[in-house]
Amino acid sequence: MNELDNKSQAAQEFLKGLWKENPIFISVLGMCPALAVTNTAINSLAMGLATTFVLLSSSILVSLLKSVIPKQVRITAYIIIIATFVTVVDFSLAAFLPAIHKELGAFIALIVVNCLILGRQESFASKNTVGLSILDALGMSLGFTFAMLCIGIPREILGSGSLFNISLFGDAFEPWVVMILPPGGFFMLGFLLLGFNWYAKKKSQNATDNKLAK
Amino acid sequence: MDNLIWIFVSALLVNNFTLSYFLGLCPFLGVSGKLQTAFRLGLANIFVMLITAACAYVLNTWILIYAPYLRLISFIIVIASSVQFVEMAMKKLSPDLFQALGIFLPLITTNCAILGLALFSTNKGYGFVEGMVYALGAGGGVTLALALLAGVREETKILNIPSVIQGTAINLLIAGIISMAFMGFAGLFSS
Repeated sequence: MNELDNKSQAAQEFLKGLWKENPIFISVLGMCPALAVTNTAINSLAMGLATTFVLLSSSILVSLLKSVIPKQVRITAYIIIIATFVTVVDFSLAAFLPAIHKELGAFIALIVVNCLILGRQESFASKNTVGLSILDALGMSLGFTFAMLCIGIPREILGSGSLFNISLFGDAFEPWVVMILPPGGFFMLGFLLLGFNWYAKKKSQNATDNKLAK
Repeated sequence: MDNLIWIFVSALLVNNFTLSYFLGLCPFLGVSGKLQTAFRLGLANIFVMLITAACAYVLNTWILIYAPYLRLISFIIVIASSVQFVEMAMKKLSPDLFQALGIFLPLITTNCAILGLALFSTNKGYGFVEGMVYALGAGGGVTLALALLAGVREETKILNIPSVIQGTAINLLIAGIISMAFMGFAGLFSS
């Protein structure tokens, strides 16, 4: 019985990041990269994966060191751990994938100040075991990558008429240039949030209707 | 001199940190409910940016040439300690302002606009004066964006907005329209 509980708790820690506590759509954390580099699907994916690596490694390290780090300087310690892993990502991308590194530019370095990562260290990894922290970090970063793609794919399709650099519509398509420019980022996320609000409202309305009908 | 004016106007309007680089969005969406608070946060931002730009220049010129891989870590430590310093000074000198800013002052540490400023100005190879002018322009741009959004948001409070679009959704759409207006500045210096 106990084992079953553990299993279901672990599954819950993993799944909550995907939808119920999705960092971008629900908690509205980590907005800078979510809007700045989502002008193409490839950039969104690369940013999502880089963030996944940083979040996962710093969660592991923070949950291992949680009893060693003094409480007063914990935030500074977390930031230094995060900055170290971001430097690793920055230098490896520059060495192995220079094209993507050039495209993302300073936004790789800016992963350091992504509130999502510091937030998970403070509210989860510093209080839980390594195993649970890994699951939490994986779930959160998968949710983050998923949200990045939700914004990036429509922006690339509308803004350049292609997906992962493969042209979709042929020459007759007139691209909506505004979608790959900064305002497009604000509009896309605004409309996505609008859609979620509408869905949540409809669902709760249905629930009350059903109750009344009974 | 022309060069300095160009750097200032470019950071203030054409390449506005918030509206075209999406830096500093958390306070942009979080504190823009009231015009006065937004304005004060903007001022705190300018102040921290000026300190950061000066520190970034010193670090970059004399220290980081020996250890480039320490760039991120040293920048973030400098920012964190200068925010701490501003916080202490403000608590002593102007307790009212300290109260009004509340949690958002320490959060400036994780404000991407500040770290972004340090990274961009060292990437561009600005000297000391250029860096300070750049910081002033960027800080002014962040303040301008905050104040504009706060102004519109104060108006939306008395409007009848459908409940599905209330909250972050409508703020993002307003920000999108302001950002679209700012795109017009891109033609300012083309000639």
